[in-house]
Amino acid sequence: MTAIAVRDLRKSYGELEAVSGISFEVQEGEVFGLLGPNGAGKTTTVEILEGYRRRDAGEVEVLGTDPAAAAGDWRERIGVVLQSSAMYETLTVAEMLKVFAGYYRKPRPVDEVVELVGLDEKRDNRVRLLSGGQRRRLDLGLALVGDPELIFLDEPTTGFDPGARRRAWETIRGLRSLGKTILLTTHYLDEAEQLADRVAVLRHGEIVASGPPAELTGAVQQTEIRYRENGREVVLHTDQPTRVLHELTDKALSEGRELDGLVVRRPSLEDVYLSLTEEAEAR
Amino acid sequence: MRLLWHELKTELLLYTRSRELAFFTFLLPMIFYVLLGSTYGKDTVDGVKGTRFLEAGMIGYGAISIAFAGLAIVLVIRRENGILKRLRATPLPAWIYISSVLGAFLLAFAVEVIGLVVIGRVLFGVALPDRIGSLVLALLLGAVSFCGLGIGVTSLMRSAEGASAVVNAIYLPMSFISGSFFSPRHFPSVLRAIADVLPLTYFLRLVRNVMLHGHEIWTQGTNVAVVAAWGLAGVIVALRSFRWEPHEG
Repeated sequence: MTAIAVRDLRKSYGELEAVSGISFEVQEGEVFGLLGPNGAGKTTTVEILEGYRRRDAGEVEVLGTDPAAAAGDWRERIGVVLQSSAMYETLTVAEMLKVFAGYYRKPRPVDEVVELVGLDEKRDNRVRLLSGGQRRRLDLGLALVGDPELIFLDEPTTGFDPGARRRAWETIRGLRSLGKTILLTTHYLDEAEQLADRVAVLRHGEIVASGPPAELTGAVQQTEIRYRENGREVVLHTDQPTRVLHELTDKALSEGRELDGLVVRRPSLEDVYLSLTEEAEAR
Repeated sequence: MRLLWHELKTELLLYTRSRELAFFTFLLPMIFYVLLGSTYGKDTVDGVKGTRFLEAGMIGYGAISIAFAGLAIVLVIRRENGILKRLRATPLPAWIYISSVLGAFLLAFAVEVIGLVVIGRVLFGVALPDRIGSLVLALLLGAVSFCGLGIGVTSLMRSAEGASAVVNAIYLPMSFISGSFFSPRHFPSVLRAIADVLPLTYFLRLVRNVMLHGHEIWTQGTNVAVVAAWGLAGVIVALRSFRWEPHEG
């Protein structure tokens, strides 16, 4: 089943075309990543799918409904984490979740959500006393409390320290294993690589590449070999890494010297991403 | 119905948790009543005892503090920090949200009125109001109209920081000019001319005519009409330009 279908979506703000005719589909149970630098059109796209913004052209279906015409029944089935976390500062974590739980017909128990987002110890603390990362997790909890089928996460870990990001990733993986469909935007490549089944790379409102992260990185066949020779860094790109590496090490062994700082690596999504966005720049 | 009750409870909880609202819009009218009542309460103002005159004045001041100023500031803060936008992503219907917010502020005003009447009775020996039916209708009309103006005025404000400055600049002079604290009878003619268009002036006349002079609300056509017209104007502005999303950047 298709959870999200977008065909030739367009949106302009005055002169600026923020989204220039993009198409993609997200299947039920899939984690889909919209990846791109700031200003690429990620948030505009997501806010159209969430029903916040009107599109200029194109077709959009989210859970079988046009979000521009959606009602409360449709909102029962989606969960939203916006880019900035807004809450009632004077309420406690549990109170905040109870308030939101009350908006849904079949909410998850509040204590279960508190545990799911790892705020057990902060359960009875006022929201205003939470750290940035804890607020973000509470925000995720607010999106989950209605037990939605589809969850939108707009840059869920921006500004997190590495430990907090790991924990957030674990939570998001947990949602995936519950069968939730997730649409995630991020400008962190490792995040997309870690979480998404498929990604679309967005640049200046256009999709410049899409597919599973492994496939995107696989599209670049070359392996990179780096080492230092006489204090200078040598970088080789090859599609025959075994042969090249063998020759290199053979030569070094016969000369009785070490290949300093030897690194052999597959291209990361980051390399692909940079090459894609550079191509787009050059056009 | 369940949803309305849930949201009304939420709003009441939020109201009681807010120190700023509790002090500036809720306690301040009572404090002023005690202070001013102790100062010139024994004088005769416009033919009635000062404390009686003030009681009605402080009810008018309470109405504009809570229903206009408090409501407008709360809505702007919630809009600018993104809570209104966040709520739009939930199944909570807009009309339930707005009704609950209004409900909470109207209840706060009702408690305020009771507080002022109790202070008047206990501290100053002011008789309890009769004409209860007319009084309740008059207060409801005023509070709802000021709520309408409060929602309408949110369109003028672009930031949470500026909200209380703009609101204070409107309602504090209005409370003074319209005669909440003193009889406007001896004000300079310029001030009286300004007072003649302000909604609080007509609301105060209405409340004083009912509370102090025993008139029923249906004899107060002009006062009722002007207060209602102002409220309606606020609602029309709100319907045309109310926004749920913050002003970005």
